[in-house]
Amino acid sequence: MKCLIIDDEPLARGMVAEYLQRHPDIEVVQECGDGFAGVKAIMQHQPDLIFLDIQMPKINGFEMLELVDRAPGVIFTTAFDEYALRAFEANAVDYLLKPFSQERFDAALKKWLENRQIRPAEDKAADLSEVPAKQPEEQQRIVVKAANDIRIIPVKDVLYLEAYDDYVKVHTGNGLFLKKKTMGYYERVLDPSQFVRVHRSYIIPLAQLTRIEPLEKDSHIALLKNGVRVPLSRTGYSKLRTVLGI
Amino acid sequence: MHPFRIILVYLGWSLFWSAVQAALLLSVGVRLSAALTDALLTNALLVGGGYAMGTCLRFYQPGIKQGAYLLGWSLGLAGISMLLFNYLAGRIFRADEAYLAFVDATLPLRVVFAWLMILLVLLLNWMWYYTRERQQDEARKTDAEKLSREAELHTLRQQLQPHFLFNSLNSISALVGARPEQARRMIMQLSDFLRGTLRKGDQQQVSLLDELQHLELYLEIEKVRFGHRLRTAVDVQKEALEMRLPALLLQPVVENAIKFGLYDTIGDTVISITATARDHHLQLQVQNPYDPATAQPQQGTGFGLSSVQRRLYLLYARHDLLQTRQQENQFITSIKIPQKL
Repeated sequence: MKCLIIDDEPLARGMVAEYLQRHPDIEVVQECGDGFAGVKAIMQHQPDLIFLDIQMPKINGFEMLELVDRAPGVIFTTAFDEYALRAFEANAVDYLLKPFSQERFDAALKKWLENRQIRPAEDKAADLSEVPAKQPEEQQRIVVKAANDIRIIPVKDVLYLEAYDDYVKVHTGNGLFLKKKTMGYYERVLDPSQFVRVHRSYIIPLAQLTRIEPLEKDSHIALLKNGVRVPLSRTGYSKLRTVLGI
Repeated sequence: MHPFRIILVYLGWSLFWSAVQAALLLSVGVRLSAALTDALLTNALLVGGGYAMGTCLRFYQPGIKQGAYLLGWSLGLAGISMLLFNYLAGRIFRADEAYLAFVDATLPLRVVFAWLMILLVLLLNWMWYYTRERQQDEARKTDAEKLSREAELHTLRQQLQPHFLFNSLNSISALVGARPEQARRMIMQLSDFLRGTLRKGDQQQVSLLDELQHLELYLEIEKVRFGHRLRTAVDVQKEALEMRLPALLLQPVVENAIKFGLYDTIGDTVISITATARDHHLQLQVQNPYDPATAQPQQGTGFGLSSVQRRLYLLYARHDLLQTRQQENQFITSIKIPQKL
């Protein structure tokens, strides 16, 4: 079985590697110091299990998992206990609080081996993505996978969000990115004083809004700075009016 | 009590006394219509007088010593209302000479009665406001105590820096097996750092030299944790070494720079710290790399600088002592510490 260790502290990675020596059937195929390297390594090696830190450079552990199509089993290793709930809601195998003992580590591995037999690998990333983010950075940026690289889009650069099957289209000045999330997720996570869900399929930033025009009797459209016209549903229209105070 | 209920009680009270007074007047031979008018008019005037005194009390709460003034005021008020009564009764019962003679004869008695009634209203009013103020005082005190407790807890939690502590312990745990000597050294550094933090918690002002020695312990530990990624450059002017600054002020700023630098960039992070003496001020500058494309606007002052800013304001009553600016891909935090002359 193959595993990856993703943590920005070399000693912390060494700790996991040392504990793994008692489990010769699990091979460490690579150690990664940040989320970008982690995504690449997961795609390259298709590991069965990853040990994942949460606070890491550029993108955090949760954001990294979002970029992976089929996530392997995840054991979080972190000093922060405030993310435990979120990790378990996301079907993480286990959540190890640093520093942890060999016994605790072995127990986590045992749990993973047992669970693996009952429940074959499923799309854990999808489950994870619906748990609302608590970290401020996730309310301020959207991490997407482009053709060859990973982009971090500050939410201030978002022109608007559009529903697209199981995805959300993130429209920006630099083009369009797809993100496997729901509109409901962004409605919950983004600052409601700056982003308004004006339609079942649209969320617009107030900073991009230039005009609201009547379309037919009882219906309106919003005109954005880049010229795009976004339809407003009846509830979306009233929500927009409440936020704008008109 | 609800104001409406107070008004009801007040009216009920005066109606009750109207009835008593009317009965009394009837028993001494005054005819019914005169007795009723007399009683109602008297009490209406008393209600007015009592209300006037109550309103005064709402805005002015005299102590025991000023009680004499209150006695005087209420007597005056009783006199005025009874003179008014005398005048009104004279107008209403112009034809009834016997009754008017009776009113004249009982005027002193009426004034005394009015005085007692107004005093009673005054006393009740005073007690009511006094209790209310007491309750408000109590609530304020509880609030203040709660606030200070919370502040104390917050300080404690910050001093302990749990994330730093747990991550350091994890590094030590990793070192124990392979490099026990280094593990032991890190335990010593961590102990010295924590001891310094606790001791310095009580101190107000320390010399820069002191603070730098404390900072050095912290940097050593962070370098073990983050390995080669973290490097530091400390450049201190000799004249600045003996200058004073609030204890534990520099460390959170550097901690902020390290976090910002390490989590916002990939690759090596150099944190530079400089200290210079200028115009009776100690000037500190902490610089870390960051990525202008992804750094978030609300981080204009970094993650944890607001508490430093707050502390500087509380100590020096100035908002301009902590400043941040961005220069290419460097984030620079500058702090000025005024020196006593």
